[in-house]
Amino acid sequence: MTSLAALRRSPIALLVVLLLGLTFTGTAYAALQPTAPTTDVAAAATQAEDVEEGRKLFLANCATCHGTNAEGVDEVGPSLHGVGAASVHFQVATGRMPLPAPDVQASRNEDQVKFSEREIEQMAAYVASLAPGPERPDAQYLDLEGADIAAGGAAYRTNCAMCHNSSGSGGALTRGKFAPTLMGVDEEHIYEAMLTGPQAMPVFNDQNLTPQEKENIIAFLKFIEEGGNAHGGAGIGNVGPAGDALFIWTIGIGTMIALAVWIGRKAA
Amino acid sequence: MSTHDNTPAVVDQTTHDRFPNPGMPPHRPRRADVDERASRRAALQVVIFFTLSALGSIAFLVAYYVIDPELKGTIIGIGEINLFHAALGVTMAMSLLGIGLGAVHWAKTLMPDEEVAEDRHPPAASDEDKAAVAQQLSHGWRSSQLNRRTAILGSAGGALGLFALPLIVPVAAGLGPRPRGELYRTHWQDGLRLMIDPSGAPIRAADVTQGSVFHVMPEGWVGHQAFEEHGAEEAMISKSKDQVILVRLDPSIIKSQKQRDWGVDGIVAYSKVCTHVGCPVALYEQNTHHLLCPCHQSTFDMTDDCKVIFGPAKRPLPQLPITVDDEGYLVAADDFREPVGPSFFERERPGLLMGDDA
Ligand code: FES
Repeated sequence: MTSLAALRRSPIALLVVLLLGLTFTGTAYAALQPTAPTTDVAAAATQAEDVEEGRKLFLANCATCHGTNAEGVDEVGPSLHGVGAASVHFQVATGRMPLPAPDVQASRNEDQVKFSEREIEQMAAYVASLAPGPERPDAQYLDLEGADIAAGGAAYRTNCAMCHNSSGSGGALTRGKFAPTLMGVDEEHIYEAMLTGPQAMPVFNDQNLTPQEKENIIAFLKFIEEGGNAHGGAGIGNVGPAGDALFIWTIGIGTMIALAVWIGRKAA
Repeated sequence: MSTHDNTPAVVDQTTHDRFPNPGMPPHRPRRADVDERASRRAALQVVIFFTLSALGSIAFLVAYYVIDPELKGTIIGIGEINLFHAALGVTMAMSLLGIGLGAVHWAKTLMPDEEVAEDRHPPAASDEDKAAVAQQLSHGWRSSQLNRRTAILGSAGGALGLFALPLIVPVAAGLGPRPRGELYRTHWQDGLRLMIDPSGAPIRAADVTQGSVFHVMPEGWVGHQAFEEHGAEEAMISKSKDQVILVRLDPSIIKSQKQRDWGVDGIVAYSKVCTHVGCPVALYEQNTHHLLCPCHQSTFDMTDDCKVIFGPAKRPLPQLPITVDDEGYLVAADDFREPVGPSFFERERPGLLMGDDA
């Protein structure tokens, strides 16, 4: 026993333990290593499958207007090369595409979404495989945690309010086009719209509005959606002076005329 | 020949006598009609009302110039309000109400109030009637006692003469100081960087992708920093005339050579101040390249040097010449080469406004 105790304290023991430890980790790593490539291969396989499934869905639902290779059809549908997964997700998950009938612009119609979230992902994977384009946003920019609502409001007023109205209720553009309301729109859809610029809307790339600024804007919109911008009084649709004028010219002037008639009666 | 009978139907004369004519209710004279003291008191009250109106008008003018427009105070029952506005409201109410109350009181106490039944008469009055009207008028004039009570006439004239002033003076005074060179210049100048509003980041030419739109202010005039450095008023003036919209177009669709030359590879910058009455023109449709003004729907074609294609604006938006600095950031190459924003009388003749500085 004494000799063993003596050995334990010798510097050699440390060396032996170190060697043993290193050998064991190395072996264990070697034993486990083969599993890693298998998952990669599996992921690649599912991705290839997704693209293939997505292509089938695309051919069945989108190719009439966008062409069999998504190269676009003149005067009917634009090319989808380079629009990215974000654009596909935005257009299909909000029910804008497939377009039910040719119109000045596609409108949000979430009751009409014909595809499951999985199928939309597959179509997005297919379109993204054609040419690189903006990807769907990172979840960290959609949770609105730590977002600066005041900064979001300032950015919103400079970049968005002229079309979508300072209270997010939308507004008119030229020749029948319009900017839709932003109230009740999913965080991810707002983000994707900024990133991809659907239809008449310009693109706000990450150099123009950083992902953090986009998150701030979404936080601001959610804040006014919950009434954060209400200062009392009736909103009358929050569509600006048109609503107020309609109110005063019909109800207001109507009341005045009725009062004038009533006063005249009494005097007679 | 005629079969028409234009004479009125014969009316049964007996119907006229079915009800007795109740006649006029008995006239009750008012205190002022019988009591000379009461009538003098009433006249004095009328004078007081008109004088109050005149005082209200004068007080309005004093308040308009003397009270600080930002002055706040608490009024019991209402809470914290702007005292400037409250003072203007109260004095203008005095000015208008005084005239109204004075006139009503005068009519009720001093003007004749006998009920008069007037018989129908032929459309043209007879000479007799005309003479009677003339006589009545002069009687009315006498019984309104204006010939005797010159104080009423004087105070009424004073009130009516003054009450228009509270309406006219703020409008005339609100026109502000006469502008000079600031209508022709903005803060843009050669070498000044284009900054994203409101974040204040400089812009690399490569970051301006086709289809995107940047809202831009000059370096040093962006966001909160501008408010802190220059004060709110200067910062707002800057915002109202320096604001610029920046987009990249495919150079092959740009129709004007000048537009291409003043830009960088299809990146072009235009003043955002509408040439109609100065709203920010910022509704850019990336698929049509139309720029729409939200106020009166003037539409500018960005592919054709921002010419007006619809709406009341008369001139194209001024273009800001831009170039790239050594580090690849977009910078202005000059100020705007014409005044931005709406037309004004001296636009083509700066000498009229600027005198020697022109
Ligand atoms: S201000 Fe732009 S159209 Fe009137």
